[in-house]
Amino acid sequence: METGSPHETGTAATSGPAVPDGGEPVWIALPPGLLRMRRLLLVVWLGLLTLAAGLVPGLLAGPGWAAFALLPLALLLWGWVLLERNWRSWRYAERADDLLISRGVLWRRETVVPYGRMQLVEVTSGPAERHFGLASVQLHTAAAATDATIPGLDPAEAERLRDRLTELGEARSAGL
Amino acid sequence: MTAPDVQGDVRDRPPVTERRLHPVTPLRRAWAPVAVLIGWALHDPDQAQRQLTRLTTTTLLIGLAVLIPAAALYGFLTWWFTHFAVTESELRIRTGLLFRRTAHIRLERIQAIDVTQPLLARVAGVAKLKLDVIGTDKKDELAFLGAGEARALRAELLARAAGFAPETAHQVGEAPSRQMLRVPPGVLAVSLLLTGATWGWLIVAGVVVPLLWTATHSLWTVLAAAVPMLGAAGASSVGRFVAEYDWTLGESPDGLRIDHGLLDRAHGTVPPGRVQAVRLVEPLLWRRRGWVRVELDVAGSSNSLLLPVAPRELAESVVARVLPGVNVPPREAFARPPRRARWCVPLWWRGYGLAVTDAVFATRRGLLRRSLSLVPHAKVQSVRLAQGPWQRARGVAHVHVDTGANKSVTAHLRDAGEAAALLRSQAERSRTGRRDARPDRWMA
Repeated sequence: METGSPHETGTAATSGPAVPDGGEPVWIALPPGLLRMRRLLLVVWLGLLTLAAGLVPGLLAGPGWAAFALLPLALLLWGWVLLERNWRSWRYAERADDLLISRGVLWRRETVVPYGRMQLVEVTSGPAERHFGLASVQLHTAAAATDATIPGLDPAEAERLRDRLTELGEARSAGL
Repeated sequence: MTAPDVQGDVRDRPPVTERRLHPVTPLRRAWAPVAVLIGWALHDPDQAQRQLTRLTTTTLLIGLAVLIPAAALYGFLTWWFTHFAVTESELRIRTGLLFRRTAHIRLERIQAIDVTQPLLARVAGVAKLKLDVIGTDKKDELAFLGAGEARALRAELLARAAGFAPETAHQVGEAPSRQMLRVPPGVLAVSLLLTGATWGWLIVAGVVVPLLWTATHSLWTVLAAAVPMLGAAGASSVGRFVAEYDWTLGESPDGLRIDHGLLDRAHGTVPPGRVQAVRLVEPLLWRRRGWVRVELDVAGSSNSLLLPVAPRELAESVVARVLPGVNVPPREAFARPPRRARWCVPLWWRGYGLAVTDAVFATRRGLLRRSLSLVPHAKVQSVRLAQGPWQRARGVAHVHVDTGANKSVTAHLRDAGEAAALLRSQAERSRTGRRDARPDRWMA
């Protein structure tokens, strides 16, 4: 039930309760792979939709109706900008005793998960993510409301993070 | 700790004795086919009548001769193939006729133990025993055991979970319980009469039924609308009275004991340190009498009521016992959101409040029906800050604190700077709070 070895509690004590790690945590941003993947998916899907929205009414009802294609096109351009802003907003920081995840542009979310509370750390990678060489790390605690996921990491970084989190989780493990 | 002597453990371990459930168990589902038949007859009376007249005595006899042994055999076999055993660290339940299922429930992970006796089970002298562990489902209850056996088994499971030596665990017996509080039936009845839900349903029924009658003049339509509404009114008054009758709260070294019920008796035990959060709820009409309802969250447990009704001071003293070292902060201690929060939640923003003490994160909400939630810092699983665009324009944010019982307690509409500081400091407090939390095996 100890939260760590005496050495670790010592460092925690010196870092002080008010500003842990001596000030602002060291934030790590996501690699650009995730943005590339999301933008490509956006262009593929909305590009197809633009073509369909332009061609179908254009051929059936007259060339003027092809202006419908502007709608998905505008959506595409808007999404292009939005994806970058969203990607920029994602960042995480490993502190001495907890993991911080911050994200969101309009709807800002910030989550703190103490290492000792982690029940399970998961590295997942879907087919699209694998193709782009990306992996997500997901943290589970006993509370399902804990939505701590870091998407779009480099697989090596994801595994390093998983191993480090598991190690820290074991050292500081606590029951419910 | 146990890793080096695992080998020795396996060799020296006494043989695990498997037990069966009480022999009345096969009768447990006997009413199901009868209920299906009755339901069918009620649903379609004409058809049922015609079918009945077509049945001759011989077909009836043949049907009974096939059905009854088949049902009896099924009941007998499911009972025969269900075993349970208590080992040093686990309760094992082996069940299933075609699909085998073995559940190993670790005793140090027990969050609560419930022994319940439905009315018919009381007549037969048997009881159900259910262990609340995160992830267990309805199938993992032991139904039925003899009433005495269930009590002995509960005592043994608790003794093992508490960390008594395995050889003596079944001799420890039931820990002595000291009664803390008993809710008098009169108070319970008055409190239920002062609850809004019953009157709400009655008023709705009083408005809807005449309207429907004038509109349709069809008895069936009116009945179809009135019966569920009256049923809801009955469930929230008579139903709750029957379930919460004779509510007794006791304290023992094995934790809290909660006994209640008029027809169905239930006996719950919550070991020390298992309570994740406590809520004090104060409906509008109870305020003049100073009564509150106390609810608690235990991980993996479905029942959440600690006290159906009690005077506030008494409830606060009970909370202090349930969460050691925690005092319910007084009303003045709760800080309201800043005034500009009224643009996010008009009027109701006044009901929100937050108080953080050394031991507990407490929030308040509601203007008419006030509710006060308490989470000890040691039980916090994660802390989240959330801010939408509208809230950001007003410079406010929500802070959610997640507990192990899968619930969240929210500090609504705090000042943005305060919320950010709260996020950091709460994570720190819950870390240090855990350090002096009690061990899982509370007697070890």
